[in-house]
Amino acid sequence: MSTSEQHSPADAQGNHNWVDVQNTPDFRELRRRLRTFVFPMAGLFLAWYLLYVLLADYAHGFMSTKVFGNINVGLILGLLQFVSTFVITTLYVRHANKKLDPLAEKLRNELEGGQA
Amino acid sequence: MNGNALLNIGIFGIFVAATLVVVIRASRNTKTAADYLAAGRSFTGPQNGVAIAGDYLSAASFLGIAGAIALNGYDGFLYSIGFLVAWLIALLLVAELLRNTGKYTMGDVLSFRMRQRPVRAAAATSTMAVSFFYLLAQMAGAGGLVALLLNITGKFGQAIVIAVVGALMIAYVLIGGMKGTTWVQIIKAVLLIVGAGVMTLWVLAKFGLNLSSLLGSAVENAPKAGEKLLGPGLQYGATGTSKLDFLSLALALVLGTAGLPHILMRFYTVPTAKEARRSVVWAIWLIGLFYLFTLVLGYGAAALVGPDKIRAAPGGANSAAPLLAEALGGPLLLGLIAAVAFATILAVVAGLTITASASFAHDIYANIIKKGEAEDKDAEVKVARRTAIVIGIVSILGGIAANGQNIAFLVALAFAVAASANLPTILYSLFWKRFNTSGALWSIYGGLVVTITLIVLSPAVSGKPTSMFKNVDFALFPLSNPGIVSIPVAFLLGYLGTVLSKENDKAKYAEMEVRALTGVGAEKATVH
Repeated sequence: MSTSEQHSPADAQGNHNWVDVQNTPDFRELRRRLRTFVFPMAGLFLAWYLLYVLLADYAHGFMSTKVFGNINVGLILGLLQFVSTFVITTLYVRHANKKLDPLAEKLRNELEGGQA
Repeated sequence: MNGNALLNIGIFGIFVAATLVVVIRASRNTKTAADYLAAGRSFTGPQNGVAIAGDYLSAASFLGIAGAIALNGYDGFLYSIGFLVAWLIALLLVAELLRNTGKYTMGDVLSFRMRQRPVRAAAATSTMAVSFFYLLAQMAGAGGLVALLLNITGKFGQAIVIAVVGALMIAYVLIGGMKGTTWVQIIKAVLLIVGAGVMTLWVLAKFGLNLSSLLGSAVENAPKAGEKLLGPGLQYGATGTSKLDFLSLALALVLGTAGLPHILMRFYTVPTAKEARRSVVWAIWLIGLFYLFTLVLGYGAAALVGPDKIRAAPGGANSAAPLLAEALGGPLLLGLIAAVAFATILAVVAGLTITASASFAHDIYANIIKKGEAEDKDAEVKVARRTAIVIGIVSILGGIAANGQNIAFLVALAFAVAASANLPTILYSLFWKRFNTSGALWSIYGGLVVTITLIVLSPAVSGKPTSMFKNVDFALFPLSNPGIVSIPVAFLLGYLGTVLSKENDKAKYAEMEVRALTGVGAEKATVH
């Protein structure tokens, strides 16, 4: 397959050698901080969701076990899915504010400053 | 619920008049394509988060989930969990990177480092397919809702109401563009969440703020289902096939959301990636809160209205929430909730229409036909407006034709296509260095074709009393939800298409990755 038509002149406007930027220690660190957080976290919540779905699908008896009053295991696990979603959201925001944003901003300023 | 039709129409009329004023005011500053298609990127994260909740909480979520919980108990609750957890994919993997690399559409991101024309054509095809299935489901659903809320039972009368809904939607989109549509979403989301919240507190107050006694009362009132109402399995637990069907649905729900083009497009209405993040966070809290409300509303409807009365009402399960409103607050609360439900349909179809027309104007017209060199930028807006009219008319006609059909599978289809054709392509193009044009085409078209084929061959379309075509049987595929097959197949096709082609533009990937993570060169908010 030809790759010729994807290099429109507009690409050149940034004048950066993007591969060089991609290889700077700062950028590699930014990528590492993003990926080491989001990939394991995505794996974790998907596994937890899948476990919940499989229990609801194939373990009716267990899910219907009453814990107190009319509140059963299924309802508690379902509500825990809400809790875990809210917790992961909060953790990610904290991580992004502390670890991702300052580094991304530093890189952005360097790149956009150099461009002018 | 007779005799209240005038009250319901009156309250709805006030909503329409108020939102039209807002839309007209919002349209004053709409000048450029970025204004019309991305609201000038001027909304704040919280505003956009409310609008996302407005876009996402369709009538299917509100009426459908409350009704499913009222009749099928726990199995209805399972839907809302998939719909909520799905947002973590948007938050962690998609929203910010998409905001930094695109302009108006999903196609911007998918074609970033690929050959523009074929990938944009594919992205536009799948954007329009998903939006159209979703749109048709909403429009056809409007017919059923009308029967329920306005007591219009004749097919002709319902057709007129569908046409009115469609005409209003076209007006919103033409006048207000993305900015006006966003304000409609915000107003509607606030009304919907506040309305559901008030009803939730009301129901809980009736049971001494004790969830357990609410559940007990729901069980007592539903002698047929009994204790089973509180555990899983009532709807999907019957056979091995139905269990597998549920697993398949659960996958499509959790992976589909971050591939819905009308949701993705919302991330372009904010000025920065950080605001895109804030908007998802707001959306997650609001949507989560709303689904907790529907849990109480669903069991509340079972306890206070009773499943027999809900089943017998016009609209069936969908009438659970409105009937509960009537039981709690009489005709006035019913009128308010009915108007909110209408507003919901109106706002969601407007959001879908602007997404589909933006994709046509930006991906197909400006970048394929005009090769990205459109002589004047107003042309893109002009094309988007005309496309919106065409889409509006097509969906009115489609909605009238599909009125009364079993349309639930259309929403399942929209999510399955989004999860199969869009999400794998988005994830590969954001995170996989080696990904290329051929891989993108294979995963988009492959996901689209496999999903639609399996749906056509499923019992949702033929062979069962609940099918679209009852009298013929070509249901070769046993599941109504294709996700469990189509999602892995699309990921595999994207991989195979990639490795079978030598194309690999490392420089362009470097540019995409640096821009995605740092926000260098991202589209800025317009200043007026």
